[in-house]
Amino acid sequence: MTVDSVTIALVGSGGAGAMTAGQMLLDAAANVGWYGLMSRSTGPQIRGGEAAALVRLSPTPVHGPGDRFDIIIAFDWQNVERFAAELPLSEKSVIITDPSQGEVPAVLAASGAKQVELPIKELAGRIPGGRVNMVGLGAVAAIVGLPRAGIDAVIQKALGKKGDAAIQASNAGIDAGSKEAAGWNLGLELAAPNKEGATRWNISGNEAAGLGALKGGVKFCAAYPITPATEILEWLAPNLAKTGGKLVQAEDELASIAMCLGASFSGVPSITATAGPGLSLMTECIGLGVASETPVVIVDVQRGGPSTGIPTKSEQSDLNIAVYGLHGDAPHLVVGPTSIGDCLFTTQWAVHLAEALQTPAIVLSDQAMGQSRAIVDKPADAPHKANRLLATDLGGEAKYKRYADTESGVSPAAIPGMPGGEHTADGLEHAENALPSSQASDHQKQLDKRLRKLTSHDYGDAWADVEGEGEIAVVTWGSATGPSREAVRRLEAAGTKARLVAIRLISPVQPAKLAAALDGVSKVLVVEQTHGAQFHKFLRGHYDLPGAVSVFSRPGPLPIRAREVHETLLSLI
Amino acid sequence: MDTHLTDDVVGPLPGDYKSDVKPIWCPGCGDYSVLAGITRAMATMGLERHDTVVVSGIGCSSRIPAYTSVYGYHTVHGRSLAVASGVKLARPELNVLIFGGDGDGFSIGGNHFLHACRRNVDMTYIVMDNQVYGMTKGQASPTTEADWCESKLTPEGPGVNPIQPVALALACGANFVARGFSNNPNEVARLIVEGVRHPGFSVIHILSPCVTFRPEQRNWKSTVHPYGREPTDDPNEAMRAVLEDDGFGLGIFLAGNRRPFQPESAATRSIAQIEEGFAV
Repeated sequence: MTVDSVTIALVGSGGAGAMTAGQMLLDAAANVGWYGLMSRSTGPQIRGGEAAALVRLSPTPVHGPGDRFDIIIAFDWQNVERFAAELPLSEKSVIITDPSQGEVPAVLAASGAKQVELPIKELAGRIPGGRVNMVGLGAVAAIVGLPRAGIDAVIQKALGKKGDAAIQASNAGIDAGSKEAAGWNLGLELAAPNKEGATRWNISGNEAAGLGALKGGVKFCAAYPITPATEILEWLAPNLAKTGGKLVQAEDELASIAMCLGASFSGVPSITATAGPGLSLMTECIGLGVASETPVVIVDVQRGGPSTGIPTKSEQSDLNIAVYGLHGDAPHLVVGPTSIGDCLFTTQWAVHLAEALQTPAIVLSDQAMGQSRAIVDKPADAPHKANRLLATDLGGEAKYKRYADTESGVSPAAIPGMPGGEHTADGLEHAENALPSSQASDHQKQLDKRLRKLTSHDYGDAWADVEGEGEIAVVTWGSATGPSREAVRRLEAAGTKARLVAIRLISPVQPAKLAAALDGVSKVLVVEQTHGAQFHKFLRGHYDLPGAVSVFSRPGPLPIRAREVHETLLSLI
Repeated sequence: MDTHLTDDVVGPLPGDYKSDVKPIWCPGCGDYSVLAGITRAMATMGLERHDTVVVSGIGCSSRIPAYTSVYGYHTVHGRSLAVASGVKLARPELNVLIFGGDGDGFSIGGNHFLHACRRNVDMTYIVMDNQVYGMTKGQASPTTEADWCESKLTPEGPGVNPIQPVALALACGANFVARGFSNNPNEVARLIVEGVRHPGFSVIHILSPCVTFRPEQRNWKSTVHPYGREPTDDPNEAMRAVLEDDGFGLGIFLAGNRRPFQPESAATRSIAQIEEGFAV
């Protein structure tokens, strides 16, 4: 008997190698044709402390975490109580434990899960240079039926430079673990991979966002590190340079966004990435970008808040500051990727939109997507590029008007180096000729123009992912999309049709498009990961939602699971 | 020095770099003369207007971009150096000058000043110091004396020692540091020309009186004096001289040898090649 999805937690304190083993498991599964998702659970400590690699594998694409863990393998039990709530178990689960590490903690044992003993430390100790995580990897591989060839390729890639001794030690460890587990017959063998089909990628959300920036045409990044956004900046640093761009480490977030505005003013598409506290520091300059009509992209990888909050765990609670955080009337773009792979599309689209509409775009990613790694089908190439409308025919009799009030609201831009286009871009309110003005008519005209260029643009089908049919609909966004999608499909598999609307274009709002997507719907469930139901209130403020509206909203750091959304949907039917 | 007449070529004139916008400054403001010095410097160097970018923050002096006819970016309070760094790092071929005041540069923008000095991007910062917040009608700035009691906000005086901008610039590693006085636009122009031509980050500290809120600054005419030494390339020597000076010495303190910061980039890989790294 085989299963369609298996969810595994590799648990251990720092140094046990849980993350390495999890990463190798995911890579090996990818090598043999499976799909997968790996997220990390760590505390805020820099090194050491508790850590778990949370891996879900399936023959088909994985949208979110599993309902519960099928397998937990613990290299030690140190501090596991701190995140036991993140490790839901049932009596069907299996806990693999090393007797030398003591009893299974009561908080996990209480689940009724089956316990299997594996002398991990002893087996590793018998091998010169042997490590516990390789023994564990071997055991898990045997349980799920992962072919050895997939692991061999990973070992070769990871340890090739360390020499034969390291490879032999790893292989011996994997063999030892595998041999012990071979006879267990736990019924967790994963269904065979379907090797037909598209090229697959192994990518994290943060890497995908960085790649989206490159594909959109970004050539400048100013960076200030902050968890969980730093990997975007670290990925961009070498890759921007390789493609002829530049990344500069700034002194703070205020400088990061200001440098990006300067680079963009000079005509170079620019991006920065941050998390909630950094976004707060950037907001005044984002407003400057709005008023001076300077494009810029800010990727906000959301985390628990407020203030420093829970920096290593996920939440969707920066929605309000992203949409409403700027002072004055400051219309701008806010978009949210709907999956790890979609971080590429949405960031690339954001670069295109920011440049086309000459305004800042905030990309709302989050820790759950940003720092998780998935095996995904290679994303389709999107046509979206930075393509700013530049002024032509400069230097004639008519003096160039930087903020000309055009029909679309987009004014042809002159950038330094273009003779005849000299002007001063300004955050102070200004007239069409860019000179400061505090006249009511100029203020009204420029505000109208800045809003019009956003509201009159045709965003096409990318405004949302719309799937399914039926009278019940889930409306969601961001990384709540994955579990919502899985819940809708479970409902459909049991015979109840349902729709999923995952809104990618948060602002400007698209009331006509949502109304069409929800036409005929009698029940709406809004799904989000916040305490205050920010997304629900946002929808209520800007859209007419049909029928009875319910909300599934809770804060992080526990990820939303498909089971929770599914149960809520069942209660509504 | 402000015209370049040869037999058959007429160079640009200072007026070519002025816009037709009338400044909002009070009568007698020192910034008028600084603006004159700036446009003279631009004419002296014959800067291409379309290849020149001036960036400012917020405050009286930060209004200058609108009064010039080159590319300008009037940004937000304190961030001008960061914005300007972005311009110059992204487009190294542009001439980049930054204008601002003592509050913009050393209070809200203090961290950016510190890092602009140590980063050493090749651009020139002209900071007009009147030791007061003029645009908000007369509060103490970071360069105001501890016992200045004319502000309603600090009626007993700010009670803290003023920053010494030139010493601060030297301590933070600026590569060219000079001081001028707005009453002498020719000298202001000369310092700006020297600063722009010197590779790296140049700080030109200019005493520029606010006769509205600090009328006693009219006396600066008799207070300023030549600093009296030749420029050095040794920051330690410059610092010693600055500490011996009374804060009113005019001249070039340091013309250093630090290499400007300008990351090189050359496309060596296509995006398609980078993407291949993700393939399973």
